Amino acid sequence: MPINDWFKQRERRRYTVTSGVSGSLPDGVWRTCPGCRKTLYQGDVARSHSVCPHCDHHFELIASDRIALLVDEGSFAEIDAGLTSADPLRFSAAKPYAQSVRAARESTGLSDAAVTGRATIDGVPVAIGALDFRFVGASMGSVVGEKVTRLFELALEERRAAVIVVASGGARMQEGMLSLMQMAKTAAAAERLARAGLPYVSILVNPTYGGVTASFAVLADVIFAEPGALVGFAGPRLVEQTIRRSLPKGFQSAESLVEHGMIDGVVQRGELRGRVATVLGYLMADAAGTPAVAGDV
Amino acid sequence: MARFVMEFERPLVELEEKLAELKALDVASLPDLAAEIEDLEREVERLRDTLYAALSPWERVQVSRHPERPKTDDYLSALFTDVVELKGDRAYGDDEAIMAALATLDGRRVVVIGHRKGRTTKENVRRNFGSPHPEGFRKARRAMLLAAKFGLPVVTLLDTAGAYPGLEDEERGQAWAIAECLATLSDLPVPVVVVGIGEGGSGGALAIGFGDRLIMLENAYYSVISPEMCAMILYKDTARAAESASALALTADDLVRLGIADEIVPEPPGGAHRDPAPVIAAVGSRISAALDVLSGTDSARLQHERYERLRAIGVFDESAG
Repeated sequence: MPINDWFKQRERRRYTVTSGVSGSLPDGVWRTCPGCRKTLYQGDVARSHSVCPHCDHHFELIASDRIALLVDEGSFAEIDAGLTSADPLRFSAAKPYAQSVRAARESTGLSDAAVTGRATIDGVPVAIGALDFRFVGASMGSVVGEKVTRLFELALEERRAAVIVVASGGARMQEGMLSLMQMAKTAAAAERLARAGLPYVSILVNPTYGGVTASFAVLADVIFAEPGALVGFAGPRLVEQTIRRSLPKGFQSAESLVEHGMIDGVVQRGELRGRVATVLGYLMADAAGTPAVAGDV
Repeated sequence: MARFVMEFERPLVELEEKLAELKALDVASLPDLAAEIEDLEREVERLRDTLYAALSPWERVQVSRHPERPKTDDYLSALFTDVVELKGDRAYGDDEAIMAALATLDGRRVVVIGHRKGRTTKENVRRNFGSPHPEGFRKARRAMLLAAKFGLPVVTLLDTAGAYPGLEDEERGQAWAIAECLATLSDLPVPVVVVGIGEGGSGGALAIGFGDRLIMLENAYYSVISPEMCAMILYKDTARAAESASALALTADDLVRLGIADEIVPEPPGGAHRDPAPVIAAVGSRISAALDVLSGTDSARLQHERYERLRAIGVFDESAG
């Protein structure tokens, strides 16, 4: 390596200031917190679950980190990793869809926006999934719809609880009606799980919008959200254009969703695992080895 | 009332108007006129044939939005009798953008649910131009549960630009209201027949827009996003909606090809508004025919088959990964 390149690389490594996704950054990076504009050392950020120690801003996390944050160490085994988009409409308006998917696959190393699998949380068997916003805005096309549906079906077959960490821009318009119908498909699978009496907990993180919010994301028995997460059906800009006045402070924030009765609580990232485990302890008492009611003994 | 003219049919309409003017003249006093009228009639006929022979997706979207296109109310009054409207979501209010009713179709008791656009401006304001609030979806869900409880088949009519993206709609849980409709509809123990009569705008249409059969009118559309909004995202320019409409695969033909819709009801050249009665009648007989078949199926099988129907939608590659 020419000495100049070496210097450049070293500079990049030491002084890059970025607001990129936490889990994809090496330790030796300085980054600016978008919440308080303070400069933070990535090593510190990583140690605090990618939460700003000054202002509590929750940085975006990649799907595998989302899962690692919740499950018993080493318990996660991925399923359906080989599902990829087939570009069924040959969508090439403006930017070819196949190209966007290829670029996302290369930059993230993921096959699509959803990562799903089996794991345990405090010993409770779960079917767990997380959406990764870096992959075409974690939009739901055929692959995400299929993986989420299979996740619910796995939970049903193996009597596991379903846990999904959701972030999404909505339906993936490049797959047209096939995308829209994934809303109905995932909702149908969630409904089957519900009928079987198995619990489903969803965790909404920033940002969750459109057809994903309006389907499986909010059909959970218990819904939590991370602090400051924006969650809605229509995006804030569209709402603003529709009503022709400015939006109130905190509109569509996790905190306002609690006020309006839409979710069960705002939970700090560091406390998520404990909170989910407690809920599952109540709703999956059988599977955890404790009888649900005395009569069962 | 001046006739509503869609951009693409303007040349035809101008010619038709000219023809009407000529016909209004006194033929007896102008000997050449009869021949001229005949020529013009042929020209109008020719233009009508070429113009309407193969509408582009964007032209179909315009036809589906035509203000004189038959609407839920027209189907309701022509096909259904003894209509008892169900109002209110029992939680907040009554949303007139969605109607629900107990009704009789060809002697069969059903629950009918439909998006409801208005005819007049006043009606449209009351009905929010057919774009539902959360209350509309919650009323629809109430009607679905009622149908399940009393074993009545459900017929839904789709005609909405989409769920309303307002501030209060968000605060009152628009996404929640839609999602709950989807979950309920997916597992309803009674037959569900859906007809796309006009616009099928995204989640607001889907909330009452899938079941055991999907019948599409020839010029109805059903789309994940409006062509205008898609153009805004892709090109930062709503004027390029025609390109988006083609890319989105939103026509009745596209839906059949994708395995989402089952059948198409043809429309007269230019659209259903040019001669509504036969189209409405055809829709009625298609619904009845579908219900004849579905009514013989027990509820567990209906639920199972509906699930499998949804389950099959999606195109992807799968490797051992």
